[in-house]
Amino acid sequence: MRPILMKGHERPLTFLKYNRDGDLLFSCAKDHTPTVWFADNGERLGTYRGHNGAVWTCDVSRDSMRLLTGSADQTVKLWNVQTGTQLYTFTFGSPARSVEFAIGDKLAVITTDPFMELTSAIHVKRIAKDPTKQTEESVLVIKGPQGRINRAVWGPLNSTIISAGEDAVIRIWDSETGKLLRESDKESGHKKTITSLTKAADGSHFLSGSLDKSAKLWDTRTLTLIKTYGTERPVNAVTMSPLLDHVVLGGGQDASAVTTTDHRAGKFEAKFYDKILQEEIGGVKGHFGPINALAFNPDGKSFSSGGEDGYVRLHHFDPDYFNIKI
Amino acid sequence: MAIDKNEPSKLRWGELEEDDDLDFLLPPKEVTGPDENGIKKVIEYKFNEEGNKVKITTTTRVRKLAKARLSKRALERRNWEKFGDAVREDVGSRLTMVSTEEILLERPRAPGTKQEEMKVAGDSLAQLSKGGAVLMVCRTCGKKGDHWTSKCPYKDLAAPVETFVEKPATSEASAAAPGAGKGAYVPPSMRAGAERTTGSDMRRRNDENSVRVTNLSEDTREPDLHELFRPFGAVTRVYVAMDQKTGTSRGFGFVNFVNREDAQRAINKLNGYGYDNLILRVEWATPRTN
Repeated sequence: MRPILMKGHERPLTFLKYNRDGDLLFSCAKDHTPTVWFADNGERLGTYRGHNGAVWTCDVSRDSMRLLTGSADQTVKLWNVQTGTQLYTFTFGSPARSVEFAIGDKLAVITTDPFMELTSAIHVKRIAKDPTKQTEESVLVIKGPQGRINRAVWGPLNSTIISAGEDAVIRIWDSETGKLLRESDKESGHKKTITSLTKAADGSHFLSGSLDKSAKLWDTRTLTLIKTYGTERPVNAVTMSPLLDHVVLGGGQDASAVTTTDHRAGKFEAKFYDKILQEEIGGVKGHFGPINALAFNPDGKSFSSGGEDGYVRLHHFDPDYFNIKI
Repeated sequence: MAIDKNEPSKLRWGELEEDDDLDFLLPPKEVTGPDENGIKKVIEYKFNEEGNKVKITTTTRVRKLAKARLSKRALERRNWEKFGDAVREDVGSRLTMVSTEEILLERPRAPGTKQEEMKVAGDSLAQLSKGGAVLMVCRTCGKKGDHWTSKCPYKDLAAPVETFVEKPATSEASAAAPGAGKGAYVPPSMRAGAERTTGSDMRRRNDENSVRVTNLSEDTREPDLHELFRPFGAVTRVYVAMDQKTGTSRGFGFVNFVNREDAQRAINKLNGYGYDNLILRVEWATPRTN
């Protein structure tokens, strides 16, 4: 396949997200301006100007009208996707690390970093249909986990919130009361910071990637460990194919290995694994730096990866990708 | 030019009788659509600067990058106006480019096979141009190593950092040459003197019995060297560096002996020997003699 290279960001990429129809790709980077691209040919549509810090995360509503972005400037902004205008700004006491719309787009879960005296927290905010009636107040605030919470997502039917972070423990919280329902098992769970989390298309299972060079597949309701995928590199980003049983991991390079391994240009790869057999299918090379973000198009026919090198690479699969057999 | 009016079908367009008032007419543009290989031909006719009719044939290969079946909403979004930094997007901004390289989903190879492949490649390279350890310079790797530029294993990549040289049969998939690069950092585990497994010792020994012969005459070829060095012992390989353009010897060559003692005797006896009106210089191929 011939990847499409998009160099719209000057700084490393942090997050990639497709909209539900799969025609728009939103990219967030450390350069303060999230960008939206057309997902078929990589043409840039626009940028959202307004943040004053690295943008760590974003999420788009189901109708692709609203965009939520979380940034290191301690704000989360709501944008009009089409025009790029800011609709609302939520301010916090610390950088926002992860945002996600709930099913129905009426609520959003936002995580904030520990900062000075503040501990990390998970906030649930109501999103009003009419931006002028938007309020700042939180429906729920959950405090507790030590260390940064890198990602928090909604569980099935918005009844739970799943969070994962620096303490390598995955937690499931009740989204109405804020009670902790489950925690991942310390023995079988991750050993180092969990950097990324992605849900399956039907929400029944999710995948977590960690700096301990592995990614694990968990059941959403019971938090039992289903599968583990091992790599040689710390995992920075994970995604799952909505069409085939494939899992993609993207990673970086251990700092200690930088001087001893041979560093060749374009060697950072996104690794594809069979979800059920846990075996590596192959890798897609091309990035010049560690891969920080991965996203699969909802139609399953293309995926994109964002790296430390500031490039977004959009790959449309060749027909023989769909015939891969182990 | 006379035109046969009885056979109008044989008329060539350039010879058409040019009526004065039809001078500005050009034959219409022809487009042969993309065929099964995706080749599209467009034939256009124009007037060039001197006012002559010219025929321009453009052959393009149309390649479909993706099949986009967009929903109605998506189609609407396609027509949205650009905003933010994209407003002043000029066509030449090259923000979005299609990669020139074809990237494949590379299937992983079992670690055993990979190393064997590399070792074989390494040795065949060694045989191809043996002995020229110091003189073989690869432009891509930028270092004097065991291969020429055209044989560089990294020729499709940007110049790699100077750490990678030989492929030892160790369990590590990658290794750094002991300071072969210009001041590349070499960690303690990989410096010279660190213990390494001796996988390819057999061949290495032979390459240490390599003798370099310089100041050869133009006409000297491999059989000559072989004849000259044969009395001292079994010779596994001879090589004379040739200038491709002129077909003459570049004045130096290498001889590999089976035994080191034979090589030593050859050096002792032949260094300074007059051969075909030149005084030969015979020495060890590698600087260190151990």
